[in-house]
Amino acid sequence: MQPFSVLTGLVAPLDRANVDTDAIIPKQFLKSVNRSGFGPNLFDAWRYLDPGEPGTDMSRRRPNPDFALNEPRYQGAQILLVRRNFGCGSSREHAPWALGDYGFRAIIAPSFADIFFNNCFKNGLLPIVLPEADVERLFHDAAAFPGFKLTIDLERQTVATTDGGTVFRFDVDAFRKHCLLNGLDDIALTLTHADEIRAFEAKRKAEQPWLF
Amino acid sequence: MNARTLYDKLWDSHVVRSESDGTALLYIDRHLVHEVTSPQAFEGLKLAGRKPWRVGSIVATADHNTPTTHWDLGITDPTSRTQVDALDANMLKYGAKAYFPFRDKRQGIVHVIGPETGATLPGMTVVCGDSHTSTHGAFGCLAFGIGTSEVEHVLATQCLLTKKAKSMRVNVEGTLPFGCTAKDIALAIIGKIGTAGGTGHAIEFDGSAVRALSMEGRMTLCNMAIEAGARAGMVGVDETTIDYLKGRTFAPKGELWERAVAHWRTLRSDPEAKFDRAVTLDAATIAPQVTWGTSPEMVTTIDGRVPDPDKEKDPQRREGIERALVYMGLTPNTAISDIRIDKVFIGSCTNSRIEDLRAAAAVVKGRRKADNVMLAMVVPGSGPVKAQAEREGLDRIFTAAGFEWREPGCSMCLAMNDDRLEPGERCASTSNRNFEGRQGTGGRTHLVSPAMAAAAGIAGHFVDVRRLG
Repeated sequence: MQPFSVLTGLVAPLDRANVDTDAIIPKQFLKSVNRSGFGPNLFDAWRYLDPGEPGTDMSRRRPNPDFALNEPRYQGAQILLVRRNFGCGSSREHAPWALGDYGFRAIIAPSFADIFFNNCFKNGLLPIVLPEADVERLFHDAAAFPGFKLTIDLERQTVATTDGGTVFRFDVDAFRKHCLLNGLDDIALTLTHADEIRAFEAKRKAEQPWLF
Repeated sequence: MNARTLYDKLWDSHVVRSESDGTALLYIDRHLVHEVTSPQAFEGLKLAGRKPWRVGSIVATADHNTPTTHWDLGITDPTSRTQVDALDANMLKYGAKAYFPFRDKRQGIVHVIGPETGATLPGMTVVCGDSHTSTHGAFGCLAFGIGTSEVEHVLATQCLLTKKAKSMRVNVEGTLPFGCTAKDIALAIIGKIGTAGGTGHAIEFDGSAVRALSMEGRMTLCNMAIEAGARAGMVGVDETTIDYLKGRTFAPKGELWERAVAHWRTLRSDPEAKFDRAVTLDAATIAPQVTWGTSPEMVTTIDGRVPDPDKEKDPQRREGIERALVYMGLTPNTAISDIRIDKVFIGSCTNSRIEDLRAAAAVVKGRRKADNVMLAMVVPGSGPVKAQAEREGLDRIFTAAGFEWREPGCSMCLAMNDDRLEPGERCASTSNRNFEGRQGTGGRTHLVSPAMAAAAGIAGHFVDVRRLG
């Protein structure tokens, strides 16, 4: 997994609440057996005026000029700014895969849905929860100042304007922070406790054999 | 010992170890697998040179991509077939406790076959790369959906790294009125607390109205817990749970059954247990529910009207309503019963069990599908549900009414196969999500109970099933 330490990136605002994972990556693109290649179809139904299917020639697609991510000023954005309950619905990890493949490294919202939030950490994508009022202010700034960037420092747990004038602090679980900072494979970490797992399993099997 | 909630008991009994920040290594008893969220996990396992920790925990099936007609032709869409072939290959290579492949008589929606085979048992942790895994909580399990990386983690380690959620009790007291079902309870709860109302919580459903529900009804309720934002929903074990499980294929037998039952009876919240949050609903006030928007919280009763965004004070909510009404092609203040439909879908992990099909059949019996309804399809949740329904003659009731009787699978709940809405088409659906494009790009979904979907198919528009007679 790609480590995450400090990121200074362009901010793209998507002014919608309750964005579900069906909207992030529609189901017709879930048929892939790979983890990559989902970026061109991120937000497909909102981003394009024509319907998209796997295998559609992307050079012939018609981008929706009214969709924020299609605006020239937000090209190359690495930080997505959204409203509350982002990533609700389906557990599909294709959603963070698509966001990452598009180029996003962090998402800022007042709240996230649980499964999506978890999935982000497994893919080097940092979901940041900030209070509603702070998010509101960032929406304002992202609209008001072309080229608006933020610097995210995971070690310090801060989101700051590039002039350092405004700094927001955010919370992150210590364990997740550790894994993300170091790009750790958490399966390898868990397997260092294999003996404990085996002992737990043996005890469980003795006590409740019907579970096995 | 302090009084504990059911969630506390399930959590405590599965913690292998804890980190200082509260992150726990949680042991997983049952791993349900389907073709959409598993190929990358098996691939990751292989690339890392790892093997599944305990294949005996795996119960797998192909459900999302499978067609519901012409099984003799196989899966004609090559990309869908690739995923199903990948699952076949992985099951052949690694093995499982049980695998129900495409066209097997016991194949079906993973959340239907788990309980029906007794692969889901009280006291288990149950995971699946599917958000509707919450369904299995109906059996006094800790059951929740995970992403593909976590699927790989469970395959490799039989554990998950996770933190304990907060607890929430939803008590539904009283008697549910005639014509109302578990689906109406679920939608009424979501209407009350919102789609993020349960975020960060594990919900336990209790109260006399929940106790009165069959296991099928409890599964419907727990299934929709994710639509309230909760990762897990659960119901404590009682005689209904135990009666349902007795004799199921993977349920314990003989002396082990007695031991298991004695343990299962402890799987309820202690009377004094404290919850972080509690919500109460009066079942008697619940009426048949119909969603009007693009989120399950956008719901009202059959007597209700499409809301007027001008009356909403919160600007974000107002914008959400306006956007939803444009997408849904609805005018503010329209009576719900004036909304005409194009299609009916009865099925999905929410409402495709035998009780659901019986309820729908009871409504359509002796009637005919309305002419403006171009397609009404009934998709049983599994092969055994289909066989049971056919033994009861439900299939003939449906086909006589002009409803199509299909092969089992997820079908038009998420439209990964050929069953889908065309742009602008409006559907009365017993599924769980009315998101934009969920049932097909541009499709318009109204979530309802099986009886209400059937009634809409007969009338051609939403109609109060209580007044249908």
